[in-house]
Amino acid sequence: MSEPILELRGVCAGYGNIQALREVSLKVLPGEIVTIIGANGAGKSTTLMTICNIVRATAGEVLYQGRPITGLSADRLPAMGLCQVPEGRRIFPRLTVQENLEMGAFLRKDAARKAFDLDKVFNLFPVLKERRKQPGGTLSGGEQQMLAVGRALMTRPRLLLLDEPSLGLAPLIVAQIFSIIRTINQEDDVTVLLVEQNANLALQTASRGYVLETGSVVLEDSSANLLANPDIRKAYLGE
Amino acid sequence: MTTLGSRRHWTGFAIGLVWFFFILWPLMGIKPGGLEFIPALLVWARIAAAALFIFVLWLLRQQGALGFLERPAARLGAAVSGAARVVPRTAWIAAVLAASMTLPLFAERYALDVAINVLVYVCLGLGLNVVVGMAGLLDLGYIAFYGVGAYTYALLSVHFGLSFWLCLPLAAGLAAVAGCIIGYPTLRMRGDYLAIVTLGFGEIVRIVLNNWMSLTNGPNGILGIKPPTLPWLQDGLWGVLELRALGGLYYVILGLAAFTVLAVYRLNHSRIGRAFEAVREDETAAQLMGVNTFAIKLLAYAMGAIFGGLAGAFFAARMRFVSPESFTFMESAMVLAMVVLGGMGSIPGVILGALALIALPEVFRGFELYRMLVFGGVMAVMMIINPRGLWPAKRVGQRSEERGHG
Ligand SMILES: Nc1ncnc2c1ncn2[C@@H]1O[C@H](COP(=O)(O)OP(=O)(O)OP(=O)(O)O)[C@@H](O)[C@H]1O
Ligand SMILES: [Mg+2]
Repeated sequence: MSEPILELRGVCAGYGNIQALREVSLKVLPGEIVTIIGANGAGKSTTLMTICNIVRATAGEVLYQGRPITGLSADRLPAMGLCQVPEGRRIFPRLTVQENLEMGAFLRKDAARKAFDLDKVFNLFPVLKERRKQPGGTLSGGEQQMLAVGRALMTRPRLLLLDEPSLGLAPLIVAQIFSIIRTINQEDDVTVLLVEQNANLALQTASRGYVLETGSVVLEDSSANLLANPDIRKAYLGE
Repeated sequence: MTTLGSRRHWTGFAIGLVWFFFILWPLMGIKPGGLEFIPALLVWARIAAAALFIFVLWLLRQQGALGFLERPAARLGAAVSGAARVVPRTAWIAAVLAASMTLPLFAERYALDVAINVLVYVCLGLGLNVVVGMAGLLDLGYIAFYGVGAYTYALLSVHFGLSFWLCLPLAAGLAAVAGCIIGYPTLRMRGDYLAIVTLGFGEIVRIVLNNWMSLTNGPNGILGIKPPTLPWLQDGLWGVLELRALGGLYYVILGLAAFTVLAVYRLNHSRIGRAFEAVREDETAAQLMGVNTFAIKLLAYAMGAIFGGLAGAFFAARMRFVSPESFTFMESAMVLAMVVLGGMGSIPGVILGALALIALPEVFRGFELYRMLVFGGVMAVMMIINPRGLWPAKRVGQRSEERGHG
């Protein structure tokens, strides 16, 4: 078994008096798609924000490629190949689509490869190419999600953290985005840590899953087993 | 013409007029002898008549009754703007530049004075625009940097006799340092808090200038500051251009303003400028894309301050006197008003804003007593009609409900 690309060891975090994460431990191996599922307020987004040190960990350790990144400022991570697509897309609404994508490549100096990557993003999401002169805020919800993913891809990530990419989107668009997530995982060798409300879809896409409940990991298993688990089916798959 | 406008329109109009009267009455009626009714009523009646005329015109237009006038006007407008678009943008810029270059040749002293004022505020407005418009950091103490620039040149000129041209970069540098010092503790703040803290810092700078007698001579100010000179132009052939004269000063500030416009334009189209905007739009998202928001915000403060410092040094050289009175909160508010009125983030907008806010009160001088009232009214109406400013920045059309906040 190879060394994990991302590892959380007993991470605790919170907001003021509210403890949102209690000793969360998880591992992501290179090349995997791993999902975190859980109810509203379980702490999924907080987990991702703690990995990027937007939320401070009060205890525990985050390791990326074997290196501790616990206290590292969030803006250092994209250069190391770790990028997050935050919950609610959070594109830059008044920058044009193209400028949004260029912001993803903010730290990169390799002009030729940047242009190449921009082309690649436009190939993955042709609608973004059509709209590239338009302010990001005028895109539809689904297009904005594509833009958020595209922007993250412009950092050339090795590990992509995705927070609820299906949020508020029509089933057809969701399917499209998930198929693209699989594509970039397989073709570009991007490891993906996927947070989802839509547990069914997430478990079908990922190879393994963690179940988060009020800030703690209560279950960890392969996707197939989780999908077969009657408790999970009842709690998260609506049966 | 049986029904002109709906009842809703007329009620709204009537309520507006009544409301206006109750605003106008205390403004005009309060006299030492008590509250007077008649003069306010007279003025109100005149304004009401004018408003009625405009309202009826507007209603007619809504009904299409003015089509016989509007259609040819629209055609004319289209023809003119079509012709204007044929002329390239560089030609427009060249025309503006040529007009401003030749202004001293035919403008009288008073007009030139106003023009110099406008250009000083163009520098200030564009500098503040970097902080407020681009980086989205509301700064209510911006005038402090103007003060730092002015006192830098004033002190260096009076005590050490340093030349204006040498002091210009020094003033800009010191202002940038001041920008970082003031910016640093505010980096974690947003919105209202940021406004209050910057307001406080602006006042601190003024109060220090006021009370540090041994250095700044306190409220009495500093006298005897030397105007800018060009030694090799001092006399002889180039005597006409001698910088002591108002025309010379005009060219100095024109140069500074042009430099500011150019620098801000370049910044707007640079990677750093993009990062400023990203931080304004969504700080966390910018950070996740690798933007060091800490450094970027400090840089925004420093850059904004530089232009304030340049303008300040010029101000000291022009007035040949500085005192803390010139750097009050009122001035900060004025510069901010220019940026907002002109259009945040837009270079031509800020220039227009400076022109409007400096030149308009001069135009209204005829009204004397009610000058500032008319001025305030015009500004309020302007912002209601077109909240994005006189010449809005190109970026528009955000769907506010789509903005992620976390
Ligand atoms: N900024 C904040 N301040 C205070 N409490 C917060 C903040 N953000 C999240 N929380 C709390 O932390 C807990 C975990 O929130 P988190 O956003 O991680 O949940 P989540 O699993 O992502 O939920 P969802 O599926 O609804 O997005 C919740 O109880 C929430 O109320
Ligand atoms: Mg969440």
